[in-house]
Amino acid sequence: MKKTVEVSIAIAEAVKNCEPDVVACYPITPSTHIAETLAKFYADGELKSFIATESEFASISAICGASAAGGRAFSATSSQGLALMHEVVYAAAGMRLPIVMVVGNRALSAPLNIWCDQQDSVAERDSGWIQLYCESAQEGVDTAIQAFKIAESTMLPVMVCVDGFYLTHTVEQVEVPTLEEVRKFLPKFQPKVKLDPENPISMGEYATPEYYQGFREDVHRDHLAAKSRIVEVDKEFEQMFGRSHGGLAQGYRIEDADYVFAGMGSVIGNAKEVVDELRAKGKKVGVLKIRSLRPFPGEEVRKLLEGKKHVAIFEKSYSLGSFAPVYAEVINSLYPLRKRPVVSSFIGGLGGKDVPTKTVHEIFKMIKKREPLEIWI
Amino acid sequence: MEEYFASGHTACAGCGMPITVRHALNVLGKDVIVVNATSCLEIVSSAYPRSAWGVPYIHSLFENSGAIATGAVASLRAQGNEHTKVVVFAGDGSTYDIGFGVLSGMLERNDDVLYICYDNEAYMNTGNQRSGSTPFGAATTTSPAGKVKHGKMQWKKPIAEIIAAHQIPYVATASIGYMADFESKVRKAKDMKGARFILVLAPCVTGWNYDSAKTIEIAKLAVDTGLWMLYEIEDGKFKVSYKPQQFKPVADYLKMQARFKHLSEEQIKTIQEHMNKAWAEVKQ
Repeated sequence: MKKTVEVSIAIAEAVKNCEPDVVACYPITPSTHIAETLAKFYADGELKSFIATESEFASISAICGASAAGGRAFSATSSQGLALMHEVVYAAAGMRLPIVMVVGNRALSAPLNIWCDQQDSVAERDSGWIQLYCESAQEGVDTAIQAFKIAESTMLPVMVCVDGFYLTHTVEQVEVPTLEEVRKFLPKFQPKVKLDPENPISMGEYATPEYYQGFREDVHRDHLAAKSRIVEVDKEFEQMFGRSHGGLAQGYRIEDADYVFAGMGSVIGNAKEVVDELRAKGKKVGVLKIRSLRPFPGEEVRKLLEGKKHVAIFEKSYSLGSFAPVYAEVINSLYPLRKRPVVSSFIGGLGGKDVPTKTVHEIFKMIKKREPLEIWI
Repeated sequence: MEEYFASGHTACAGCGMPITVRHALNVLGKDVIVVNATSCLEIVSSAYPRSAWGVPYIHSLFENSGAIATGAVASLRAQGNEHTKVVVFAGDGSTYDIGFGVLSGMLERNDDVLYICYDNEAYMNTGNQRSGSTPFGAATTTSPAGKVKHGKMQWKKPIAEIIAAHQIPYVATASIGYMADFESKVRKAKDMKGARFILVLAPCVTGWNYDSAKTIEIAKLAVDTGLWMLYEIEDGKFKVSYKPQQFKPVADYLKMQARFKHLSEEQIKTIQEHMNKAWAEVKQ
């Protein structure tokens, strides 16, 4: 049943229905409402535990401990909170702890800014976490549930990235799967190894040069293997709930398009609207939604973009001193093609700078030419 | 008796840390989960693919063992396990300094964790750098004895008192020189609920620079000179565990260790006075 609710509250309810053993959070805008809602569920006896920590660093550490002890564990954060977690973010992936975290995407200091962009989670892209970027409120809710299933079957942590305010604070109609429904979709967490006095193991050991690289390579190989799992889980979700969200990457009116707008997160909604308008005028335009930044769907992106004339990569982050990160990934993915589309990089929406449909229109106008562009819009 | 910390680890001969761990685990038994901060202990006991641990063990990072323990115990309880104890072993660097915020959070929430800090009074894993625990006058590589500075010029952080200020059920100090006292404190803390903290003096042969046969002697002398006070704070009540009938001069302790060899008689006198004052302030 659909209800009209703030998306953070809906996400928290979805998480509660996944029956986590441990939730640990620290308040930070714009993810605070997720923590507050989960705290209220705990206060009402609907959640097994809620740890109000003294920092985000402690939150993620606590859920690592919880996961290692065999429990399902969750946290939510944003921006500076995620940056403070950085050291543990890497450790969680290296230790193969299948924790789930929702990131309400927000700019990083300095200057201080509480509004949306994706620099915070994009900066963690090399950590070994699966990262899924959500287009809509409903996708945020559904991906939070899918994330546990993906994490627990791949033994990789999953970051569910939802644009701060645009998604976290929007009140709209969403459907939150019930506890009974989630139970049918998501099996109980039964880790093969855990901290158990009956069967003592050592976790988080140190590795000499002889072994270290092998551990890192394993994480990478398992990311590649996780690609099919992400698609599969999205399909299983569709079978049960009638909704899917594009697996790793998805085209919209892209088959015969010459000009494509590509990006991640809530901007995709605007792009689809503009494409519908332009299609009505007979323009051959389409959208590429990149849902999974890690693992990066290089092959899928290549197949979807092959034969296009010009592709605009729009993103709310930048690798200062280099290129926009998603742009660089797409360029890399297209390189094996003999005839490559022209690819332009558009950087926008940083620190909450508005990205109205007008901006998407402008981008489509700018990529009519053959020259590749880099524009901070 | 079954041992839970096996021989074959790579700690230095005479190291106080494995003695601490082995005796604590003998008291705690097998129904525990050990959380370990990055330290010498982690390095000597857990080089993949070997492990010295006969109980479940997790190391994560230098400064987060308090929170790893918080999460582990919350997870056990959420899964219906009310019996397994979670115990942290951490050095003074992570306890006094880099992990202090996380530890303070764990204490404030009164999480059901026994936290044992083995205190060797410097960052020994990186080769003897000063920590908040390094005592006045001790030379380390970052508080060297130079022409104008004579080792660490600040007093040791009173960590047990700071921890006691969190009003947790149990705080105790111990020394591996008084093993029966340490073991009885671990035994008492084992069956208590909530956050418990034991600070154990565990000499470091290389950092303190003394003959490796003298670890226990030095750990004993620290107590016998009055420099290391053995006490408990149980439900807020302070109690000295042992007061030597007559204190030995602090010089006896200081002169056994090369980290203090540069100290002048005047500086030794300052340390003696500081120690006298500490005991004079104790309400017994």
